[in-house]
Amino acid sequence: MSNLPLTAIAYPAKGSAGRTGLWRTERPVINYERCVKCLICWLYCPEPAVVRRGDDSVEIDYDYCKGCGICANECPAKAITMVEEVS
Amino acid sequence: MPRVVLSGNEAVAVGVKLSRVNVVAAYPITPQTTIVEKIADYVEQGELKARFINVESEHSAMAACIGAAAGGARCFTATSSQGLLYMGEMVYWAGGARLPIVMAVVNRALAPPWSIWCDHNDALSLRDAGWIQMWAESVQEVLDMMVLAYKVAENERVLLPVMVNLDGFLLSHAYEPVEVPTQETVDLFLPEKRPAPYWIDVVDPKSYGTIASPDTYMEFRFKLQAAMDEAARVIEEVDAEWSRMTGRSYGGLLELYKCEDAEVGLVVVGSWAGDAKEAIDRLREKGVRAGVIRLRVTRPFPSRSLASVAESMDAVAVVDRSLSPGLPSVLLSEVRNALYDNGKKPYVKGFIAGLGGRDVTPLDFEAAVESTLKAKEDGGSRVEWLGLKGGRDVC
Repeated sequence: MSNLPLTAIAYPAKGSAGRTGLWRTERPVINYERCVKCLICWLYCPEPAVVRRGDDSVEIDYDYCKGCGICANECPAKAITMVEEVS
Repeated sequence: MPRVVLSGNEAVAVGVKLSRVNVVAAYPITPQTTIVEKIADYVEQGELKARFINVESEHSAMAACIGAAAGGARCFTATSSQGLLYMGEMVYWAGGARLPIVMAVVNRALAPPWSIWCDHNDALSLRDAGWIQMWAESVQEVLDMMVLAYKVAENERVLLPVMVNLDGFLLSHAYEPVEVPTQETVDLFLPEKRPAPYWIDVVDPKSYGTIASPDTYMEFRFKLQAAMDEAARVIEEVDAEWSRMTGRSYGGLLELYKCEDAEVGLVVVGSWAGDAKEAIDRLREKGVRAGVIRLRVTRPFPSRSLASVAESMDAVAVVDRSLSPGLPSVLLSEVRNALYDNGKKPYVKGFIAGLGGRDVTPLDFEAAVESTLKAKEDGGSRVEWLGLKGGRDVC
């Protein structure tokens, strides 16, 4: 117990709660032919599970994407579709 | 030392200034308002170099103090009654987060019925929030207690917030001549706040007050209890140090008045201890060997000190300015609990008095002591309401 701090503290770390992508029931799928690289999905993703590449194109980190669908909802080019996960 | 006439609320403000507080966030409420008015004046005049944050509620006032304290600032706020209850969620947060914030609570009754007058139920409703609770008797003690509160709160063995309680109007708006310690004295006594290991820092980012799962929550609460135990020792040490520097000692956790040979003790909290002492003088003239035990601190509850003082007494009267409907006296229960495990324990009788600012005089305290001695001989009620109009027929 002596190595516990005085109160609960968390340090930033990738996925300290585990692979939260397992919680997903629907996955966002990007149609790169429609994508205009506006980065709105990247800005809105609360995790962040939308990864920005060097050329401002984006990809989804499915290990941590919980499938909330905010990116698909916000995308002005309708380039993201939510697809049901099937086991 | 300069001697000036101050009200209780002004004494709090002077204490804040002398303690070189960095951040003040507060919302006005009677009878606390003149504290933060005075502090705002100090900040505006440049006499206190602090950030004064105007907030939209007491909940926000404490939230602002929590953030500032987590960032390393020495913080202050003040409130009363309904404001304290509204702040309640954040009050618990400051205790659990181990932030050494000092808050003045100008004690006032809770509504309904609506009342602006003195009563201790506001502060006692938050007695389990992880805050040290101190209670002043005089305006001088209010001033000294403010400085001592920071010293105790920031002690590395403690790191807990402190509530400095002063009775609404009876102390907050009462004027007394007060010895104001010099800034040099206070600077020597209360050095600049040192960083604690958990403080937030932009170069070492962390998230604070995060979730604790069932396998760690209990240990954090145990640490809180251990800090309270340690605070009881630190309060005694700090009182002794202040006494060496200023010549004023208040006895640490308890102030004892004529208890050396007392057969009966009168336990009180707050400003009416002065009336209790007068009652004890009158009783002694009548041949009753009585003394006053004033609890200066109720969290940590001074159980051991109280038991050792009371063991030589035959009877103890506990006069409480609060009501726990269905119990009915918080103070009586806590005093009895402190004495229960001691081999020698006195007869204890409780009194509910002064609720909502009902006047209580030395004659009432005298009657309480006599009623306790009589009840010890012939039984009778263990809890009595002092000055209840119409007696129990009121129902």
